[in-house]
Amino acid sequence: MTIERPLTEHIKPDREPLSLKEYEQTGGYQALRKALKEMGPPDVQKVVKDSVLRGRGGAGFNTGMKWSFVPMGKDAPTPKYLVANADEMEPGTFKDRLLMEGNPHQLIEGMIVAAYAIGATVSYIFLRHEYPRSEEVLNRAIGEATAQGYLGKNILASGFSLEMHIHVSAGRYMCGEETGLLNALEGKRATPRAKPPFPQVSGLWGKPTIVQNVETLCNIPHIVRKGADWFKGLSKTGDGGTKLYGASGRVKRPGLWELPMGTTARELLMEHAGGMRDGYRFRGLLPGGASTDFLLDQHLDVPMDFDSVQKVGSRMGTGTMIILDDRTCPVGMIHNLEHFFAQESCGWCTPCREGLPWTERLLKAIEDGTGRMDDIEHLEAHCKWLSPGMTFCALAPGAVEPLQSGLKYFREDFLRHINEQRCPWR
Amino acid sequence: MLSAEEKQEIDRELAHSPTRQAACIEGLKIVQRHRGWVSDEAIRDLAEHLQMSAEDLDGVATFYNVIFRRPVGRHVIFYCDSVSCWIMGFTAVKEEIQRRLGIQPGETTSDGRFTLLPIQCLGACDRAPVLMVDRDTHTDVTPETVEKILERYL
Repeated sequence: MTIERPLTEHIKPDREPLSLKEYEQTGGYQALRKALKEMGPPDVQKVVKDSVLRGRGGAGFNTGMKWSFVPMGKDAPTPKYLVANADEMEPGTFKDRLLMEGNPHQLIEGMIVAAYAIGATVSYIFLRHEYPRSEEVLNRAIGEATAQGYLGKNILASGFSLEMHIHVSAGRYMCGEETGLLNALEGKRATPRAKPPFPQVSGLWGKPTIVQNVETLCNIPHIVRKGADWFKGLSKTGDGGTKLYGASGRVKRPGLWELPMGTTARELLMEHAGGMRDGYRFRGLLPGGASTDFLLDQHLDVPMDFDSVQKVGSRMGTGTMIILDDRTCPVGMIHNLEHFFAQESCGWCTPCREGLPWTERLLKAIEDGTGRMDDIEHLEAHCKWLSPGMTFCALAPGAVEPLQSGLKYFREDFLRHINEQRCPWR
Repeated sequence: MLSAEEKQEIDRELAHSPTRQAACIEGLKIVQRHRGWVSDEAIRDLAEHLQMSAEDLDGVATFYNVIFRRPVGRHVIFYCDSVSCWIMGFTAVKEEIQRRLGIQPGETTSDGRFTLLPIQCLGACDRAPVLMVDRDTHTDVTPETVEKILERYL
């Protein structure tokens, strides 16, 4: 049975980006034509909502529903903004890079159609600094699209106009957080904003703004061309579409694979990633980047979709798995993770700014063999104090996901470090 | 004083910026491209041109990872120290670089050639460990391949 791979089937093995002509040959910009000539914005919103496309940046919010909160009609505030979140910095995540480097026009077309659906007239690609190849490739593609009349004033004589700009970040994880990103675009520190008001109503410079992940936007042209039923049919579960899954760590074939949404973690690990490298055994994995909870062997038959992974106590997040092997110290891994999160805290709210460095210090002590029994209680207390609702944004709650699940599943290893006053892996 | 070229590039950004402050991050990168790093004087000059306070601009400049508020070498080596690169052995790569260049992270070689800095996940985790030198990404780096990588940067 051949699997449909709409997002990646035309990406070349050497990742040379498709030119505009090559993209059109694969059916590119037909969705834009269809949307502008045959559909109104409410029709585009409806097909996206019916397709059950959930946000691929990690949060998994229903895309069409998110768009429905944007005020429409002639009294709506203007200009409205469409922003592609291309700030892929979640550790262990490398999927949006492939989409941007390999098929930039797919993202651009998705953005134009999304902008049309919400009545936006200005769009930004918020790109991380460390992806210079994406910047080069997207710049060229925007030039091609503009020359062809797909961007700019009165696109395809529809009356719809759209500007598209690339903003290259100056580097910080919080720029990937929706409201942090908006502050960065406004030339400020990427601290989060209180919600409500939500960006759909009051975003960039107080105007209605939709921020959407790159992979999410890349699905839009396909949904518009082939419909919601087709999109739902690609999936094995209730969430529509395919998903770019990945794996890193000591597996035989680390990489990325576009597969039906709901493919199991076991299939990803054993069939696509080839299982563990010789001499290494599987101990656990983070299913979707650094800010997700550990899953163990007993969980591997979970379908990798948003609801199923949540039911087993984790989050699918970005869908790129980080694999823990038996020759790698779990305490060391969690220490590395909390070092990242502590460093990337924007400093805005006290529990995150003060609490995360404490978890890092405690983990360092345990890893170095100077930990004490009550350090575990302190770490668990931090997991409670930094849980959802206790902090200004989701960075700290995400940071404690690997910590709280690691304390639960690898408790023996923590105790060994403390009792033996050394790291058994060194 | 901002140079004529710097002003020209910044004004191009300002042309499509709804506010002057919105151009400040790109403005900092423009100044850094021309001068290698962003000094206090550069902060004051840029702030004046953007009609922001120098303190606000410095608050932005010191928030972001790739804006350098101290001089750096001709080439900046960024080694990823996030989780997948840690699992795959970035520590040995970093130690090899330190050994060869005689510097610690945050330092610059005495000949002004290299500055060594940690960086967060570079988004190539299936080919870890990963380094960036200037705008080049190097993947599957091992202590053995460090020498050949560094040789390319004079």
